[in-house]
Amino acid sequence: MSKVLDVQNLQTHFHTRDGVVKAVEGVSFSLEKGEILGLVGESGSGKSVTGFSLLGLVDAPGKIVGGKIELNGEDLVGLSERKLRAKRGKDIAMIFQDPIATLNPLLTIRTQMQLALEAHARMSKKDIEARCIEVLTKVGIPDPAARLDNYPHEFSGGMRQRVAIAITLLHGPGVIVADEPTTALDVSIQAQILSEMKRLAEETGTAMIWISHDLATVSSLASRLLVMYAGRVVEEGPTAEVLRDPRHPYTQGLIDSLPAMAAPGEPLEQISGTTPSLLSLPEGCPFAPRCSYATDTCSSAPTVQEAPGRAWRCHHPLNLKEAV
Amino acid sequence: MLGFVIQRLLQAFVVMAAMSVIVFVGVYAIGNPVEIIIPPEATDEIRAEVIRKLGLDLPLWQQYFIFVTNLVQGDFGRSYIYNVPVLELIAGRLPATLELVLISIISATVFGVTLGIYAGYRPNSIISKAIMAISVLGFSVPSFWVGLILILTFAVNMGVLPAGGRGEVVNFLGVQWSFLTIDGLSHILLPALNLAFFKLAMMIRLARAGTREIMLTDTIKFARAAGISEGRILRRHLMKLISVPIITVFGLELGSTLAFAVVTETIFSWPGIGKLIIDSITVLDRPVMVAYLILTALLFVLINLTVDLVFALIDPRIRAGAA
Repeated sequence: MSKVLDVQNLQTHFHTRDGVVKAVEGVSFSLEKGEILGLVGESGSGKSVTGFSLLGLVDAPGKIVGGKIELNGEDLVGLSERKLRAKRGKDIAMIFQDPIATLNPLLTIRTQMQLALEAHARMSKKDIEARCIEVLTKVGIPDPAARLDNYPHEFSGGMRQRVAIAITLLHGPGVIVADEPTTALDVSIQAQILSEMKRLAEETGTAMIWISHDLATVSSLASRLLVMYAGRVVEEGPTAEVLRDPRHPYTQGLIDSLPAMAAPGEPLEQISGTTPSLLSLPEGCPFAPRCSYATDTCSSAPTVQEAPGRAWRCHHPLNLKEAV
Repeated sequence: MLGFVIQRLLQAFVVMAAMSVIVFVGVYAIGNPVEIIIPPEATDEIRAEVIRKLGLDLPLWQQYFIFVTNLVQGDFGRSYIYNVPVLELIAGRLPATLELVLISIISATVFGVTLGIYAGYRPNSIISKAIMAISVLGFSVPSFWVGLILILTFAVNMGVLPAGGRGEVVNFLGVQWSFLTIDGLSHILLPALNLAFFKLAMMIRLARAGTREIMLTDTIKFARAAGISEGRILRRHLMKLISVPIITVFGLELGSTLAFAVVTETIFSWPGIGKLIIDSITVLDRPVMVAYLILTALLFVLINLTVDLVFALIDPRIRAGAA
């Protein structure tokens, strides 16, 4: 298997008036060809900023201040805007949460796809049309030739997201970052899109980073999971293993709060407290104030501990004995 | 689309009918022109004769009926004062206002939108802050004062531009125009600048606000993530997305400035239509007032209709809703 993306110790900070917000602090992971990696965490855990960092599209005042992002062996950190733009959409693409907001309501699908195609290629009108129809067919839009001249509002929510996905597929990128692309859709459409994405990843060999706050969605799709908390990766491993015996108490909390885990009629488990402000993180382990396993040792920052295929960042890892 | 046009035309007709009543009654209420038209030393017979001839002895509803009957035949009546057909009087003054207003509004829009997009795109640059300072100035300084300062600076102190009048005119399509001669253009420059200043400020604000808002949306982020260049994002995505409020304001401003450019026209003694209406009000020249107000209403109705049609052309969702 060949690595398409290798992220090492990525740091993305926002220099605000109130101080430095370390939205992403030392995130590392790598991605094989055709692999789907799930990136989960609560709102504000830094998962979306990680996604935007990969494309070099962090909004000001955010900035990548350290680490490296190797895409097909070339480091993207520090590349000029010009060179980054040449990669965006071509080698690495991104899908967003809300297809109503991502597509321009005033332009036809044809125009929007044409703009995306012409960003990296000079093509004749005929070739453009052929390519558009090809990708629209691939994402399951019925009668794509007739729908090219439709506007976004003439598609249903699920179809709109398929169009957005088709746009990201135009240049056959090696990596697609999917930032909660099914959150705005209803459940039956979600399931359809998920299985289509899985099929696309298998067929085309495109690797995907699937960002979501919804552990249930991600686990049906991703072969490996990355759990983020307060800008750091707190646990990493194969999806099935992480779900079966999580090491980090935070991961355990996420699993317990899944509706499927609760007995009918009983209230859902929840992780007490809220995500801390990134401006005033507690000393040591940022999860300690919400953690029922926390002890005095947790006031020092836990280092990464590894086992074959897995990693976690906790002084009191769970389920360790059963696993050994 | 056709249904939409017919519906809007019917609405326009109702508005015009209502306007004609309001204008007619309103002007009737302002005062009796008889006192101004007829000299005080005239005999009672002459007085009665004039009143009868002008139809002022008839009840209001009858006067209105005669007025509307003539109106649908394209006859706005004759001016009490100049004793020429009102339409002729207005048509003689309209081109002067038209060229002044069009030049100032179009240039204010072109420059205002360009500067506004820049200021919205790079909100923290020094140039953007300077642009915003200009726009604050444009909003807060009264128009007549700007006009006087322009005259003082360019006409009196520097002596490079004329202070008033239309300058040399050229006959084109049977109408006299100033903007086709160098001398005429030099005469238009100052009043156009004066009129444009406030509109420029407004267009800057509108374009900047729109740009700042749109640039933060996922539409732009998605376009960037596809590797589309910033120039194309601005031209193909942003310009279209910010155009709806800009076209609305453009239409409204065009109408109101055409009808009420009177301050600037007075300061620069520009022989436009604003000057005509002020003169007519002072002498209670009813036919001119009524015709002017009716035409102004018609102008607004036509501009609004055009704006709505342009919206439908730009935004497919409006098109769908109207069908």
